[in-house]
Amino acid sequence: MSDTRLRRFEWAPVRGVWRRELALFGRYWTSTSFASIVEPTIYLLAFGFGFGSLVGHVAGYRYVDFVGTGVVASAALFTSVFPGMFNTYIRRTYQHSYDAVLAAPVDVHEVVAGEASWIAVKSGLFSCTPVLVALAFGLRPGPGVLVVPVFTTVTAAGFALFGIWASTVVPSINSFDYVISGVLTPLFLVAGTFFPVGGLPGWARMAAQVNPLYHCVELVRHAVFGFRPLADLGHLGALVLFAALMWALAVRGMRRRLID
Amino acid sequence: MAITLRDVVKRYSDRDGTQIAAVDGLTLEVPAGMCLGLLGPNGAGKSTTMRLLTAQSRADEGTIRVLGHDIPSEAKQARALMGVVPQTDNLDEELTVRQNLEVFARLYRVPRAGLREAVDRALEIAQLTGRAEARAVNLSGGMRRRLLVARGLVHSPRLVLLDEPTVGLDPQVRADLWGLIAGLRADGVTVLMSTHYIEEAERLADACALMSHGRVIANGTPAELIAEHAGDRVEEHEGPPDRLAEIEGLARRAGLPTRRTGPTVSVLRAERIPPSLGEALTNGHRVVRRAANLEDVFVVLTGETVE
Repeated sequence: MSDTRLRRFEWAPVRGVWRRELALFGRYWTSTSFASIVEPTIYLLAFGFGFGSLVGHVAGYRYVDFVGTGVVASAALFTSVFPGMFNTYIRRTYQHSYDAVLAAPVDVHEVVAGEASWIAVKSGLFSCTPVLVALAFGLRPGPGVLVVPVFTTVTAAGFALFGIWASTVVPSINSFDYVISGVLTPLFLVAGTFFPVGGLPGWARMAAQVNPLYHCVELVRHAVFGFRPLADLGHLGALVLFAALMWALAVRGMRRRLID
Repeated sequence: MAITLRDVVKRYSDRDGTQIAAVDGLTLEVPAGMCLGLLGPNGAGKSTTMRLLTAQSRADEGTIRVLGHDIPSEAKQARALMGVVPQTDNLDEELTVRQNLEVFARLYRVPRAGLREAVDRALEIAQLTGRAEARAVNLSGGMRRRLLVARGLVHSPRLVLLDEPTVGLDPQVRADLWGLIAGLRADGVTVLMSTHYIEEAERLADACALMSHGRVIANGTPAELIAEHAGDRVEEHEGPPDRLAEIEGLARRAGLPTRRTGPTVSVLRAERIPPSLGEALTNGHRVVRRAANLEDVFVVLTGETVE
């Protein structure tokens, strides 16, 4: 091709990854949509009606509303971190896809940007479905609900990058069990999804502060029921910081694994 | 020069921390428009050399230039101008044949207006026009290989790196690919092709570089290499092991290289065998006389035993 100067960061590789993912998405979007609607429905039925009949209100919200907004964050976690871990691990070690891509005019950070941005946008959009489901359960959100996809996308970007980084650290695909049970489960539970963090012992409240998922939960709830500008700026800042840190680790990890 | 490698060293750390040089003082030049065959046994450093040229592997010492660009500092620029056909099949199995080519056409910055045309041309090169909508996972081994080659050619590169392009393929498929590679050469594309199939190099390469232990130990046209290291004629002697050993001794004392060829011993440079030695060697047994070939050179220079 022509001898035009290539910049350090180019969009063509990102578009290449998106081209691939969109082609695949054309095939599996029905199953993704099914899962993203049915899962929160089950959560809301089980926790909303099950627990809801016991507790009624939590932290000033109807319990079904509390859970309906909380599971948005957990959807953003799981639909981003799993593709980040498994897809990139499989593509790197079994399919050698990145070796093929890196022989073209593509650098490691562009591959990471392509993979993470696709996961983030897809996960960011699909993880909003619990809000739609909650509408059917009587949720009455404020106008802030419209920016929820922004928060879920930033959260998903961070966790997708965390997953990509984890995929470069684990010695084998089985080692993801350590990450899932040791890291993701605690993050998922100590985030204020199913019960408020405020009721936990002091050390657990402290731990929640460094849990990105907690910040996402708070943001989503405030978006739906009314922002608290100063606190929410802090929450958003924490999510952006998390994503930036994970970006640096993911790029470094992938570079270490792909370039020798 | 399309490719210049000068005193390149690439070391890897073994599990126990010892350093192994996969490429060890490699110097090699590939003039533009030439098809250079990189020959050598497994572990000679051929694949590492290929990875060094795309900067997927970073040299510890030495300088590398590809199409006027320093590697690795300007590797992205160089990679845009070359096509790479890897040894391991890394097609995207979930995508169709056409989608595989489209993704790489984008990665190679083929302008949108010419994308469709470039993909169609690549499909034709791979003779896969009729299978364009088939998923890669459903292709036969030969088709996959052709698609892999076409993927590296989708942007009409000026330089193509082929890493063992026909390894593990049926003779028919191999002949197909040879036709394709010969076509590239005819179009003036520079080709660097690693192979351990001697016949492949003899048929396709304008020149060969023989690698062993991470460096080039001989180079030239196939004819030059044969003339220099194996001579013109070869005599193959049969017999029981002790007779073969005796023949080897006689030949070597006369300064003639030999190599084991299965149950026989080949005496190279047979045209130089003096009549007296000829009788001692033959000793009434059957002798097969043939022309020296590149395989003789390969074995003589890289050693008889496989490590």
